[in-house]
Amino acid sequence: MTTVTQAVREREQGRDVQEPRAPRSRRRRAEDVAGYSFLLPWLLGFFLLTAGPMLASLYLSFTRYDLFNAPQWVGLDNFRELFSDPRYRDSVRVTTVFAVVGVPIKLAASLAVAMLLNAALGAKGFYRSAFYLPSLVGASVSIAIVWRAMFNDGGIVDQISQGVGGEAGGWIGDPTRTMPMFILLAVWQFGAPMVIFLAGLKQVPAELYEAASVDGAGPLRRFLSITLPMLSPVIFFNLLLETINAFQVFASAYIISNGTGGPANSTLFYTLYLYRRGFEDFEMGYASAMAWLLVLVVGAITFVFFKTSKSWVHYSGETR
Amino acid sequence: MTRTTAEPGTRTVDESARTPEQHATARRSARRSRDRRHKLVFHLVTGALVVVVLYPAVWMLVSSFRPSAQIIGNVSIVPTEVTLDNFVAAFNGIGGVSFWTFFMNSTILAVGSVVGIALSSAVSAYALARIDFRGRRVWFGLMIATLLLPVHVIIIPQYIVFNNLGLVNTYWPLLIGKFLATEAFFVFLMVQFMRNLPRELDEAARIDGAGHLRIFGSIMLPLMKPALVTSSIFAFIWSWNDFLGPLLYLKDPNLYSLPIALRLYVDQTTGAANFGPQMATAVLALVPVLIFFIIFQRYIVEGVATQGLKG
Repeated sequence: MTTVTQAVREREQGRDVQEPRAPRSRRRRAEDVAGYSFLLPWLLGFFLLTAGPMLASLYLSFTRYDLFNAPQWVGLDNFRELFSDPRYRDSVRVTTVFAVVGVPIKLAASLAVAMLLNAALGAKGFYRSAFYLPSLVGASVSIAIVWRAMFNDGGIVDQISQGVGGEAGGWIGDPTRTMPMFILLAVWQFGAPMVIFLAGLKQVPAELYEAASVDGAGPLRRFLSITLPMLSPVIFFNLLLETINAFQVFASAYIISNGTGGPANSTLFYTLYLYRRGFEDFEMGYASAMAWLLVLVVGAITFVFFKTSKSWVHYSGETR
Repeated sequence: MTRTTAEPGTRTVDESARTPEQHATARRSARRSRDRRHKLVFHLVTGALVVVVLYPAVWMLVSSFRPSAQIIGNVSIVPTEVTLDNFVAAFNGIGGVSFWTFFMNSTILAVGSVVGIALSSAVSAYALARIDFRGRRVWFGLMIATLLLPVHVIIIPQYIVFNNLGLVNTYWPLLIGKFLATEAFFVFLMVQFMRNLPRELDEAARIDGAGHLRIFGSIMLPLMKPALVTSSIFAFIWSWNDFLGPLLYLKDPNLYSLPIALRLYVDQTTGAANFGPQMATAVLALVPVLIFFIIFQRYIVEGVATQGLKG
């Protein structure tokens, strides 16, 4: 459970699972050769396809580059432009609202259903799979097409919302209703965090609930004092993962808005705008600057999550 | 909980006086009927939720069998007029390219991804989990760091490099990374898995004079089957659903994978007349993923539960 966060913590504490032994130096050299030989694919990939390109894009972010003419050094111009670009501001707003509103709703829904299933009286496996299915297909183009059809003018969502007294019209063409549509698409995929919550709930000792009941704790009290603290590592993991995923929505935004990010930039998610500036306008320098800002923001969010986690995430059996 | 200790001999024929055993039976049947009520409520609530959650998927499936004009705004999922025309149109493909071309392209990319990821991740993970070489901890730390890296920071320079090498419009840019273990999730998953295998196994093999190649090939690989299966399933599904990669690198419709072929459908067919074939193609594009899900459900759900792998 939560193996990624554990590994990061392990690294923070300078611990490793296996203590290195200290054999003779010839054996050591052989181990070095073997180690680097086996690691070769990853090392090549890391330097050629990850670290190298990252440095290249850092350089490009200070240039103007259209793929055809040599990059031209412009200093901080790209970053300055970012802060005065209204479309960039829109893309940041859209992505932030999506993450800040969508992620908590999605996690609350997934925790609620996980608790329902944890008390399952039969057919747990079936329900778990049924709820997980949308997570598997939700980011695909097929589902984006279904969403387009459902939220279209005169589509089934229009029919249903008119049926309950809502305003007529499709959600796709209405800048005020595109965000709820995307949040619904995200919440629909609550299955993946739910499965992770379920695994976490299984680890909570039943004695804790029994003891609390004997002491007269009601369901709400048991939820607040037992479930939430015991689940905090899983909540932390899901929160981190879902937030980072929320910053990377692309296919559904592209398909639903036909690649435009409209209407009125209301679906101009960060990565869609990055794609348009880079690969439609061929402004590789500007897009690189956007990409680096995204890395810095994701890095900062991860850092803040890990730092604040010490005050609200409880690892059972922790000796600190 | 009380246990009835009545012996068979104490059983009385008199109906007016109930033995402790009969009391227990009465209590048990009361509890059973309460349990049955709880069970009913649980299944009603959860079942209703399943209906809501799966509704869009079922609606999509039903719509693909409807005449185009009856799709939009048709809330019902009871088919009134079933037609196979949409699927006939879907199999004809789009822009002169047949559906099966897209399907084969997607298959080549997915199978290539599975092979590349399984091989390169297993080999790299063996180094990080089982060989004590200098710098191992640093590399492991860097590998973890790339787990959370947004891909968007590397697509631009990668594109520039592949463009300069003349590899745009080939499958190289989409597959080379898979053979170089750039999907850190899989390396990480396998490192974790190998660390849980007993170390005595390779130590014994070492004493027998086996090198790392032998230990990896004949001891580790066979034992790693569950991790390899999980990785392969996710590698397949991720590649199958991938949109951004093919969108960037594939320009010739004959090379298109299904997701970007579907985009073509959306671009070219704005009239409602084409919603049917569009739905049918969307359904067909999901069929392999659904088959994988049905067969490997346990691996997929366990993979998510234990490794936090996203679907």
